Parts: sequence; C-alpha cells; structure tokens
Amino acid sequence: MTLTGEALTPGQARGMTLVLDEPISFWGGVDENTGRVTDTRHPQSGASVAGMILVLQCGRGSSSSSSVLAECLRNGVGPAAIVLAEPDPILALGALVAGELYGTEIPVVVVPSNAYAACSAARELTVEADLGSRRALVRIVN
Amino acid sequence: MLGGDGGVATQLAARLLVRMAELMGAERLVPIASAHVDGCLYHGPVSIDFAERLVAGGGSVRVETTLNVGAVDLLHPELNRGDPKRRTAGRELMRLYSALGCRPTWTCAPYQLPNRPSLGEQIAWAESNAIVFANSVLGARTERYGDFIDIAAALTGRAPYVGLHSDEGRLATVHFRLDRIPARLAASDVFFAALGHFIGRRTARNVPVIDGIEHATEDQLKALGAAAASSGSVAMFHMVGITPEASTLAAACGQRAPRQVIPVSLADLADAAEELTSAGNAPLGAVSVGTPHFSLAEFERLRTLLGGRRVSDRVAFYASTGRGVQEELRARGWLDDITAAGVTIVTDTCTYLAPIMAPIVGAVMTNSAKWAWYGPNNLGIQVIFGSLEECVESAVRGERWRDAELWRDAHR
Repeated sequence: MTLTGEALTPGQARGMTLVLDEPISFWGGVDENTGRVTDTRHPQSGASVAGMILVLQCGRGSSSSSSVLAECLRNGVGPAAIVLAEPDPILALGALVAGELYGTEIPVVVVPSNAYAACSAARELTVEADLGSRRALVRIVN
Repeated sequence: MLGGDGGVATQLAARLLVRMAELMGAERLVPIASAHVDGCLYHGPVSIDFAERLVAGGGSVRVETTLNVGAVDLLHPELNRGDPKRRTAGRELMRLYSALGCRPTWTCAPYQLPNRPSLGEQIAWAESNAIVFANSVLGARTERYGDFIDIAAALTGRAPYVGLHSDEGRLATVHFRLDRIPARLAASDVFFAALGHFIGRRTARNVPVIDGIEHATEDQLKALGAAAASSGSVAMFHMVGITPEASTLAAACGQRAPRQVIPVSLADLADAAEELTSAGNAPLGAVSVGTPHFSLAEFERLRTLLGGRRVSDRVAFYASTGRGVQEELRARGWLDDITAAGVTIVTDTCTYLAPIMAPIVGAVMTNSAKWAWYGPNNLGIQVIFGSLEECVESAVRGERWRDAELWRDAHR
C-alpha cells in the first residue's frame, strides 16, 4: 500500500518502524549519543530511534529539540525518517541543519490521519520525500 | 540574500528561514527590529559546527541582537563545574556568537535591558520566557523561535509573518476567570507562578486571557509567563486591565466569545503550587532563585527579607542574574552586602541548565515554577516550591519554613 503526504524535508529511507504512543521532546527525552529514549515518563522509554522510521503524532516542548535531533544525526544514531501526523517545524529544522552541515538528509513527512493509523500499524516502511513538489510517498513494506 | 550576495552565512540563514517560513505556513517575511538568540547555549558539537559555519561564511547580524544565557559563568569562573571539555566548548560557542555581532548580554531576561522593544514592534526572540514576556507585557510581536532559526532571523533581519506576528494570531481564545483570591496571596510571587503553571497545563498552544487580577508587577508577570511556557507552550497571554492589548476582555478576544472559559479557584492554585514540590519531606540543601534572571527589584526585595541576617552555613543560596543587573548592584553598593549574607551570585548562565551548584544533600528550594518544572529532570534534584519569603526564611533558619498564612483559605 502506498500513502501520500507532505514533505517537510527531502530524502529517502527504508527501515523498521518505531511507533511512539505519545509525543516526545528530543531535548531531555532522547540521548544524543545512543539514540535511546531517556524520558522515563514516556511509554517507549528505553527504545532506540537509531536507524528506525520514527512514527509519532508530533514533537513536544523545547525548541532545543532541533539541536538534539541534529546531534543524534551527527552521531549516526538518528532516525532514518520521521513520519508525523501534524507538521513539526522544530524537528524539521533539526533534520535540515544536519543536512546542511553533514549531508545526512532524512525525510520528515506529514501524513493524513488515516494514513498515520496505517503507518502506526506497519512494521517496515519506505519513505520518499521531494521538496520541489512538496510530495511524500510512504509505502508499507509489511 | 538567497542568491548569495550577502555572503554564504547569510545565504545559509536565508535558506533556513525561507524553508521554516513555508513550514510555519507564512506567505511572506516581515522585517524585524531586533533579535534575541538562544543558540549560544552549548548542546553538543552541532552547536559549534553550525556557529563556525556562520562565522567562516562572514556572518554578521543585521539587527540589534542580544544573547541568551550560555553554558558557563564567564564572570565567576570558579563556580563552573562539570566536564572541563564541555566547559571549554561552551565558552567557545559563546565567543562564536559574539563574533557574529551579537551583544554579549548573556541573559534570559533581555526585557530587563535598556532599549527594549515597543508596542507593536516586529521582533524575533528565542527563549520561551522572553518570548512570552515580549508578546504579553511589552506588546512586541514574536513567534516561538529557538536554536538555528533565531540566528537565521538575526542574520537576515527577517521573520516569517505568521501566528503571533499578525493581529489575528494574538487574539485570546481561552478565558481564565479568577474569583475571590485572598489579597495577601494575590500580592505574592507564588500566586503568579502557580497560576502560570495551571494555565500552561490547560492552554496547549492557544493564547489565554486572564481576568480578575487587580495589580501585577513586571516580576510577577515574568513569573507567570515563565511558568506557563514551561508546563505548556504558552507564548502570549493577556491580563485584562494590565497587559497592553487587553484594555477589556472583549478587546483581548477581538470582540469574539472565547472558545473556552475556565474558572480558576483558590484550590486549583494550591494544587498547582503543591504539584511543583517534588521533595516530600527531604531536608533543605540549597536555595536557587533567579529563573528567569533576578531583576534589580527582586534583589531589593531579597535585601529587605534578609534584613541584615546571614544564610545558614548548612544551606547554599544561589541567585542567577544578568551581568547588567550585577553591575547595577555594584553601583548601588548592594553587591557586597548580598554576597556577605551568603548569597552566591551567578551570571551569564543559570543553575537549572549548567553544572554550577555544589553537590547538594537534600532538596533545592525555589520560588521559580520553571526551575521546579525542569530541575528534577535536568539535574535529578528534588524541589521545594515556595515564595521568596519562604526561601529566604528557610535559608536563614537552615530548614524548610512555611508561611502558614499564605494558603490558609485554600485548605478550609
């Protein structure tokens, strides 16, 4: 099944999903050296975002989350892609800056709610985001 | 600027700004009069790589730009603790941002500096408490800016025209109605901090209007805004009869009915204050005030409350402030009194995000809802939330002291 959405940042990725049941603040919530969720109040506490297609409703909290996402990407422990239900400029900015500085482009995309539900139930996805057309394609592999 | 005629740093800044403007749904950019930049706080190597790229690309800010706190206290180097490598990097980042032409103000309360923005002025400010103060109390117009995009706005002199930059985006949609707050409580700092905490928890990203407050000082409004921007994402509030865009309730709401009316009772506020204390019965180890940075008026009140007494040897007492305010203290001859009373003045940074405090046995007491909100997670420290008077009395006595009168009517 292929779903369409909006591209916030450009890039292509394929990977297993990590579905977050609640929004997360990367700042104070994710360790930039390991990619692990350190927020003990978060349902996915202890899981690693490294190399995963991160599926979450939206980000939360401090604008310093841009920095922490960029640090994760610099350290090679960032997500491979981010699939959101609501636009999140703070996470998109972190991905854009990492792209500018290190060439580590990861697609950050927003999909409509029915597509989001399908992504949340998927185990593996591919994500392609094109900035020119602002279009994103998300394919459910399984 | 996008074409590179302003140099490669400006080009990078313009590229990020235009992209963010699109993401925020802005159709155009608006010229800004000033910027306040938070990117000078070190998070990791990306902070340095980004700033170095801008400096190497000939970056220079186009508008008056102040800097938020950094990771180290430059004026009191003996206070800085933690990993020496991280300290060096934190200091280097502060140097790089100064090299971009930003003023080395190192304060999270830029509204305490001279030449602050005026009513209706378009600005691009970072730091959640500064954003909410600028919008609410000064009536200047800024969205929520943060790392990378704050300096991009300063280098281009532009911001996305969207949200709180526009008339429409500033109208209140949630009405908080206060009733029968005892006069003594209504004059205290904890009332405003607890109210801000309560509002932040219930407002999401909306603009609230608060009705039923007779009088508020700038420091009280600072405490309210900082609390609401920590427990929630509040970037602007109105207070009827007090803030400049709320001469009446109807004016604050743009002559429309608010979507939601939330009554606020004394018991709600007592619960909010209680929620900010995480320490249980842990003994008092230290006191920290000045989050956001302590103002001159707050130091004056601190002096009055100390009344010539000294802080107990068992308790460390920190007051974080801007270097500008420290200069004022010196000029008035207050600095020596305050430090002789056992108060450690911290400038350029803050005790909740930099390793400044000596190892503490017991809990930290503060009158800051923001410190109380972030302290336990950032530092693994338990917090006692109380008024400045409670903080000072506790510090002098060497043990937790509560003002039995303050919340008396809430527990009837």
